[in-house]
Amino acid sequence: MSVQLIDKFAKDLSPEVAQSVHSGSKVKTEKRYAILGSDYPDPDKLRKTAGLVKQHTLEHLDTYLEEAEASLKRNGAQVYFAKDGDTANQVILDIMRQNNARKMVKSKSMVSEETELVPFLEKNGMEAIETDLGEFILQIDGDHPSHIVTPIVHKNRRQIAASFEREGLGDYNDDPQTITQRARVHLRKKYLEADVGLTGANFVVAESGRIALVTNEGNARFSMAAPKIHIAIVGIEKLIPKDRDLALFMSLLGRSATGQQLTVYTQFIGGPHALNQPDGPEQMHVIFLDNRRTEVLASDCREILRCIRCGACLNVCPVYRQASGHAYRSVYPGPVGAVLSPLLHGKNFPEYADLPKASSLCGACNEVCPVNIPIPDLLLRLRNKAKKEGAKKASVNTPGFKMWSYLATQPAAWKTAMKLGHAMNLTPHALLNAAPAAKAWQSSRTLPTFKGGSFRKWMKQRSAKKS
Amino acid sequence: MSDREAIFKDIRAALAPLEGKQTPYPEWADELVVTENHPAGLDKRVDRFKYRLEAVHGTFVQGMPALRDWLKAEGLTKGYIDPTLKEQFAADLEGLELETELDRSRIDDYTFGITRGTGGIAETGTIILTDRKTSSRLGALAPWVHVALIKEDEIYPDVPAAVAAFDDDPSIVFVTGPSKTADVEGILIEGVHGPGKQLCCLI
Repeated sequence: MSVQLIDKFAKDLSPEVAQSVHSGSKVKTEKRYAILGSDYPDPDKLRKTAGLVKQHTLEHLDTYLEEAEASLKRNGAQVYFAKDGDTANQVILDIMRQNNARKMVKSKSMVSEETELVPFLEKNGMEAIETDLGEFILQIDGDHPSHIVTPIVHKNRRQIAASFEREGLGDYNDDPQTITQRARVHLRKKYLEADVGLTGANFVVAESGRIALVTNEGNARFSMAAPKIHIAIVGIEKLIPKDRDLALFMSLLGRSATGQQLTVYTQFIGGPHALNQPDGPEQMHVIFLDNRRTEVLASDCREILRCIRCGACLNVCPVYRQASGHAYRSVYPGPVGAVLSPLLHGKNFPEYADLPKASSLCGACNEVCPVNIPIPDLLLRLRNKAKKEGAKKASVNTPGFKMWSYLATQPAAWKTAMKLGHAMNLTPHALLNAAPAAKAWQSSRTLPTFKGGSFRKWMKQRSAKKS
Repeated sequence: MSDREAIFKDIRAALAPLEGKQTPYPEWADELVVTENHPAGLDKRVDRFKYRLEAVHGTFVQGMPALRDWLKAEGLTKGYIDPTLKEQFAADLEGLELETELDRSRIDDYTFGITRGTGGIAETGTIILTDRKTSSRLGALAPWVHVALIKEDEIYPDVPAAVAAFDDDPSIVFVTGPSKTADVEGILIEGVHGPGKQLCCLI
């Protein structure tokens, strides 16, 4: 029986993981809803305004990117451009080699997941340590994040305690306080030894060249307090026009992601450390990465580039809640991933063409999106693209419409079929499931009672009455 | 063609069909993003700041003698302090073992760090730190307890006002409560990489 890969993943998910993903998502959705509702009379107006600011920026990206480059240089940063992930990784390696640097501490960055930076650096003899608690746990486990904001929502404390024991971070102890304390002690040494602190960027302001970075743990702050070199790797879509816009986006990001007014640490970085300051980077390097974003910009799905990676669409999505993030087989999971991931795979689009199908188009993702991305519309556009390109993965488990289109164009055949349809109500379901597609479809659904054919009768009676 | 040229060429090609139809920048007023969601009676900015600071598990202290008492009650006697502040408040901080230079090799010896904050935000209970006013980034981050000293008239009403006051300082940090995580099963734990206790002392 052929089923959608995401359905298979959801079915094979352990009950424990399914439970933690579902309850975690629910809590975050409720917190988001509560805080936006109590803080603002019209939260929708914020979302829509922020969406327009982002759309405006994207539609003038050449101008804003040039402005950001000039501002960053004025701030004393070195600016690089990388067409793809391999180039970005190489730029980072070159910066490290030129500075005789061997050790990097790394803040959470989805872009660096895209470029697979850590394995690349390790292969080239560098040490690169993830410092976000969740990402650190994923690194020692050789695992990948399953959520943009809460990367280890698919793991429980017992699994984490076992990993810490295996890595020599202490005897087995699954108390979250102890786990966190051990990570604090271990990673503190890493910060102080590191030559380079690597971060992503939540926003880059074109006008001032300021990079905005948010973390709750303080790992990005530490990565920019101890090491002497700061490297930021940034997708070209992260721009916003003015400093003033930061107030708008900061008001939405924390509330949408975790139900906080503001994330604990919001950093605005405008270059290497100040002259009076004994700590912090002496060099700042910023790498703007394309990695097919310009292709997305050229497509009819460019709105997805507004995304500020808050994870609200994952939390609210009934499909994500059932399937968890790894089911999307890409860096970006959930509704945003179902649009972005197939597009970021370029020629390999057909391999991911099933993801836009993994949605009931209920529209919840659009309703919670802080930048008002019309995700359901974009999913439909991608379904269309998949159909046009004949992507096989997109049509798995889809009933054929050939028979229907034949009947619909032949009135005599249609009448006969309608009469036969009533026979289905008397047929045992097992017999109806002879076709594999029918069986797959019915494995999770019950067929309603067939009531076809009465429309013509009704119409006739209606016309008779009128005349 | 350099990567830079290739990226700009591709962006311009992608945007060419939109020529003349681009989304205009939506003008918006500060009021759009400001929340007035606090209990009645908190008319003074500093009262709203204290309320929000405590809501995010921060600690509010009024004056240096109160800070000294708080530290002693917690059993914290050894810490880092901004050299200027040590001079300024020598009398108030008697009995504490204060170092004005942070020795990285003994980073866990400092049970608290006292530095100058640049301001606060009443709307969110946020403490603002900047590079030019912070004597040591590590001193304000590594110890379990961080105390930011600010003056009452340095508190901004809301986030847009604080952002409007940005100068060219290379590191402006909004601190809204102690360092925290909920990565392990969604359980809130305070004090991950930064301070487990975040204080703001009004001077």
